[in-house]
Amino acid sequence: MSIRAFNLHKTFGNYKALDDVSIEVPEGRLVSLLGPSGSGKTTVLRILAGLEFPDRNSGGVVEFHGDDVTNVPAGKRGVGFVFQHYALFKHMTVAKNISFGLRAKPRRERPSKEAIDARVKELLELVQLDGLGNRYPSELSGGQRQRVALARAIASQPRVLLLDEPFGALDAKVRKDLRRWLRLFQEEIKITTIFVTHDQEEALELADEVVIMNNARIAQVGPPQEVYDHPASPFVIEFLGNVNRFTSGVGGPSKAKATEGKGVLYVRPHDVDIQLDESPHEYALRSKIQHIFSAGNYARVTLKRLGYEEPFEAEISRARLRELDLKVGATVSVVFRHVRLFADDRFLESDVREDGRLVEVT
Amino acid sequence: MSFPASPEDTGRTPIPPVRRKGRVNRRVIPGFGLTMGFTLTYLTLLVLIPLAAVFLRSAGLGWEDFWKAVTARQAVHSYKVTFGVSALAALTNAIFGFIVAWALTRYRFYGRRLIDALVDLPFALPTAVAGIALTALYAQNGWIGQFFHQPAEGVERSAFVTWVGQFLWPLGIKTAFSLTGIYIALTFIGLPFVVRTLQPVLEDFDHEVEEAGASLGAGRLRVFLTVIIPSLIPSILTGFSLAFARAIGEYGSVIFISGNRPLDTEITPLVIVKALEDHNYPRATAVAVVMLLASFLLLLIVNVLQRWAESIGQARN
Repeated sequence: MSIRAFNLHKTFGNYKALDDVSIEVPEGRLVSLLGPSGSGKTTVLRILAGLEFPDRNSGGVVEFHGDDVTNVPAGKRGVGFVFQHYALFKHMTVAKNISFGLRAKPRRERPSKEAIDARVKELLELVQLDGLGNRYPSELSGGQRQRVALARAIASQPRVLLLDEPFGALDAKVRKDLRRWLRLFQEEIKITTIFVTHDQEEALELADEVVIMNNARIAQVGPPQEVYDHPASPFVIEFLGNVNRFTSGVGGPSKAKATEGKGVLYVRPHDVDIQLDESPHEYALRSKIQHIFSAGNYARVTLKRLGYEEPFEAEISRARLRELDLKVGATVSVVFRHVRLFADDRFLESDVREDGRLVEVT
Repeated sequence: MSFPASPEDTGRTPIPPVRRKGRVNRRVIPGFGLTMGFTLTYLTLLVLIPLAAVFLRSAGLGWEDFWKAVTARQAVHSYKVTFGVSALAALTNAIFGFIVAWALTRYRFYGRRLIDALVDLPFALPTAVAGIALTALYAQNGWIGQFFHQPAEGVERSAFVTWVGQFLWPLGIKTAFSLTGIYIALTFIGLPFVVRTLQPVLEDFDHEVEEAGASLGAGRLRVFLTVIIPSLIPSILTGFSLAFARAIGEYGSVIFISGNRPLDTEITPLVIVKALEDHNYPRATAVAVVMLLASFLLLLIVNVLQRWAESIGQARN
């Protein structure tokens, strides 16, 4: 089922949690709401779930499949909600937890006891917890509890699945496994899903589409690859992974104009290339190596431009590191493969030409 | 494979063991010996020795006399009054104290702090003062009592009191100098125990759990009954047992409002005091022993119940 929400405003006392937010999720998609804490992403999710309502008279509307559900209470929206800390009923067994929604249905809609038991069994298998129906939540691991919460949320076959920081409380290994599992699970039952996260890696890996939020507003929307490759604002580029930030003394004459004001140039560490020979072209930056950290496939090299204090990072392969035989203290040439240039927070798409000059593409 | 026969063989100097006087302290968290010793001494001096004295004193009676003293009609009736009314009062507090705690923790309203402070008043008030105040209110001519008692011949009541009275007077409820009076006093003094036990638990109650219930389609009543109440039962039981224990031992406020008629409104503590006034210490201690054992047994039962309620889910970890 498709979801559409527009003009959402929400204030808590003096605090503005949402400032004119609109999102649209087509049927069957897996969408991630990504942002730093306090950006309003959880509030959006809670409004979609009916656990929170948009400010009165602010014109905020929530539509499920074209039907206005703005004032429909949470229990009648047909939404499965997975809470950050799972919110399992501690005094109920896993089976009772999962069947809670089914048992809470009004008498005429309630399935028979046998049907409920069968559904619980089916769900336990689906979330790979067969045979644990009689356990209590406190007897399960974090990942298992998470899956109980998921099974409980989808027991009544909701039309929408909403997850609030679904992997936040798990350790790294379980997190990765569960992430992959959720992706497959969502593909299998094809339910429209929105999840909130502050972990950009999680959002980019899992979602069909990423909605990036900042300061109660939406900063950018798009497929993972696109928001990563074409961030629309300094916030987005800084939020999505490591990036070097230069405010002065980079590039060639063609973009000098932009950097004179509040121009900021961003370069991802993996777009920084280190070369040994004296400047291959005139705009290469002469830099001194401060520190080399290498673990795994990649090596992180911290450098400082000659004459500047701010350090920046380059990420090169271990092979390249060996090939160049870099040493701390050595002076090298640095060339950028791809840069993003912003002037007063406005984006000026820039790229690097063969000769190392920065050129404006727009 | 061969092992070096002695440290010398390895060429390494062995690490000399740290020698200390006495045993080596292997605990990471210090202070167990000290605090445990203090606890035992303190409890022995303040609780165990006085209680043992009660048993010793009553033992002076001999089994037959002891049995006679504790099964005297007056004594037996007083047990029923004390334990029965105390249980009823504690039960009342468990219900209404829960509502008070609920209102105080879940809603923000004007005057909340004032009400919060008022809850402690029964703790702080000398029980005799409470007894006198309650008696004045609930006696036949008291502010509240007048609604329940038909006025004596020639006494005029206001129109409002008369109007309410036409419904309440025929019921014949005596709000003072009766079991009802005892019940009122015991409810009064027990209230803070339930409220103060439940408040922190309700404050900590995870709202997400309620929201989970609601988003799964359960109505408010269902969420309240199947989600909230079950997880509060251990604390409600704690509050109940505290209020109950307090009520059993209560003396000061009850004797003013109860009327103290033997075989009717006499509480066990009063039976003991009366025996003391007769300088019959063995009889007094014999009845006290019964109270002590009965209280201990009841509290033990509540404790076990509470453990059991907790074990359902919560304490298993």
